[in-house]
Amino acid sequence: MDVEVTPLPGIGVREDFATRAGRRIGVVSHRDGKFELIVARQDDPDAAVASIPLTPEEAVTLAGLLGSPQLVSRLSEQHRDISGITTRQLPVVAYANRTLGDTALRTRTSASVVAVVRAGVAHPSPGPEFLFHTGDLAVVVGTAEGLTAAADILTGG
Amino acid sequence: MQETAIALIQLGAVFFGLGLLGRVAWKFGISPIPLYLVGGLAFGSGGLIPLHGIDEFTHLASEIGVVLLLLLLGLEYSASELTTGLRKSWTAGLVDIALNAVPGAAAALLLGWGPVGALAMAGVTYISSSGIIAKVLGDLGRLGNRETPVVLSVLVFEDLAMAVYLPVLTAVLAGASLLGGLTSVGISLLAVTVVLVVALRYGRFISAVVDSPDHEVFLLKVLGSALLVAGIASQLQVSAAVGAFLLGIAISGSTAENATRMLEPLRDLFAAMFFVVFGLNTNPSSIPPVLGVAAALALVTTATKIATGWWAAKRQGIAAMGRARTGAALVARGEFSIVIAGLAVASGHVQDELAALATAYVLLMAIIGPIVARYVEPVSGFLLRDRSKSGAHG
Repeated sequence: MDVEVTPLPGIGVREDFATRAGRRIGVVSHRDGKFELIVARQDDPDAAVASIPLTPEEAVTLAGLLGSPQLVSRLSEQHRDISGITTRQLPVVAYANRTLGDTALRTRTSASVVAVVRAGVAHPSPGPEFLFHTGDLAVVVGTAEGLTAAADILTGG
Repeated sequence: MQETAIALIQLGAVFFGLGLLGRVAWKFGISPIPLYLVGGLAFGSGGLIPLHGIDEFTHLASEIGVVLLLLLLGLEYSASELTTGLRKSWTAGLVDIALNAVPGAAAALLLGWGPVGALAMAGVTYISSSGIIAKVLGDLGRLGNRETPVVLSVLVFEDLAMAVYLPVLTAVLAGASLLGGLTSVGISLLAVTVVLVVALRYGRFISAVVDSPDHEVFLLKVLGSALLVAGIASQLQVSAAVGAFLLGIAISGSTAENATRMLEPLRDLFAAMFFVVFGLNTNPSSIPPVLGVAAALALVTTATKIATGWWAAKRQGIAAMGRARTGAALVARGEFSIVIAGLAVASGHVQDELAALATAYVLLMAIIGPIVARYVEPVSGFLLRDRSKSGAHG
C-alpha cells in the first residue's frame, strides 16, 4: 500500500492513502502529539469531509480496534464448540503502566488474557510480567460472569 | 508609591479590557488582533481614555512582543522545512510578491509618500498572517486537505522573505545611503545563510545550549538568548525581529516544541501589548480620511491573494474548488503587517497617515480573511457551477 507522506511546515505531517474504493483516508500527526483522522470528500478529493481530533490514547485505541477484529472472530470460531466459553476484547484502562500480574485476573475471575492488542499488533500469550500501555486491548477468554468481572477490573470498576 | 499604584491600575485595566475584547473576538470566530488595535485606538492620544506614566513600560513590552512574535514564528519551522519549502515554492513565492507587494507600493506612491513609504506599504499588503491562517485552517478542519501544504509553503516563503525584507526596511528607514543599505542587506543575507547552514548541520548544539530539564531555567535561557540576539541584531542594523526569527529557526526538535509551549502565553501577552501600543500611537481621527484607500486596497489585495493561491494550487494539480480554497485561505493579513508599519512609524521617516492606513487595512483584512476562507466553498461552488452540492456535509 502506498502511503503518501506530506510534511505540513509548522504543524506536523500528513500521511494518507487511497482506498480501493477510491476514498482518500489518513492521519494528520501534530507536533504536539495530537492526531486527526481525515477522510476525503467523495465529490472533492482535495477536501476532507471529516477531520476528527484524537488524543494519543484515542488514536492507539482506534488503531487497536481496526487491527484486532479478525483476531477476536478467529478465537470465537475456535471456542464455539466449548459451551459457556466466550472471547471478548477489553480496553485496559485501569492498569496502564502496570503488569498483567498486577491484575491477578485469573485468580479473581478465572478468565484469562490470551493476547494483548497494541496499536493494531497482537502480542499473543502475555506473561505475568507483561507491561500494559495506555490504549492496550486485552483479548480475554472465559465464562460470561468471568468476563464481566474482568471487564470491571480492567476498565477500572 | 502613588505613581506605582496608578500605573498598576492603568495596566490592569488595559489587560482586563483586552481580555474582554479577546473573548468577544473568539465568540464570533475572528482574530482578536483587530479588536486589540481598536482597544489601543480607544486609549491614548486623541482617544477616550488617556494613559500616563506607563508609556515606558508599554513601549518596551511592545518591543518584546515583536521579538516574541518572530521568535515563535522561527520556532515553528525547522531549517530543513524552510529549505525544502523554498525549493518547492519559490515560483509561487515570487508570484506572491509581484501580485501583493505592488498594490501597497502603488497606493503609497499615488498618495505621494515617496519610495520609503512605498517600500513599507509593499510589505504591509504582501505579508499574510500565518497566525490567523493556521488558526482558521484548524478551525475549519482543513489541515487534512490536499491544498493545505500549498498554503503552508507559501507562508514559509513569505516568512523567509521577511528575513530579508525587514533588514532592508530597517536600513532604508534609518536613512542609510545606498551603500549602507547594501551592506545591511549583505549582512542579513549572510546571517540568514549562516543560520540556515548552522541550523541544518549543528541545530542540536544550539538547542543544547538553551535546553534544560528545569522549566524555570529553560524559560529564562530561551527568553534571555532571544532578547540578547535581538538586541545585538538591532545594534548591527539587521532589525531585532530578524535576529529573533533566526534564533527561532536555529533552535529545533523537542527543544523548539517545549520552547513554543512555554513562550506562547508570554507572546500572547506581549504581542497584545504591541497591538495596543500601535493603536495608542495612532490618532483615531486620522482613520476616516484613509478609510477609502484602505477599503480599495483591501478589495484589490483580497483579489490578488486569491489569484496567488489559485495559481500556486493549480501548479500542484489541485482541482478548481481546492484552488479557490487555497487563495481564500491566504487572504488574512495581521500581525506582521502591523510589525512592518510599526517599524516604519517608529523611524519617523514616513507620514503619520501610514500608521492610520495600515491600521485601517489590517482591521479590514483580519476580519475579511477568515470570512472569505469560511464562505469560499459555497460561493465558488455557485460560481464554478459545480454539479456536486458543496457544503452539503456542513
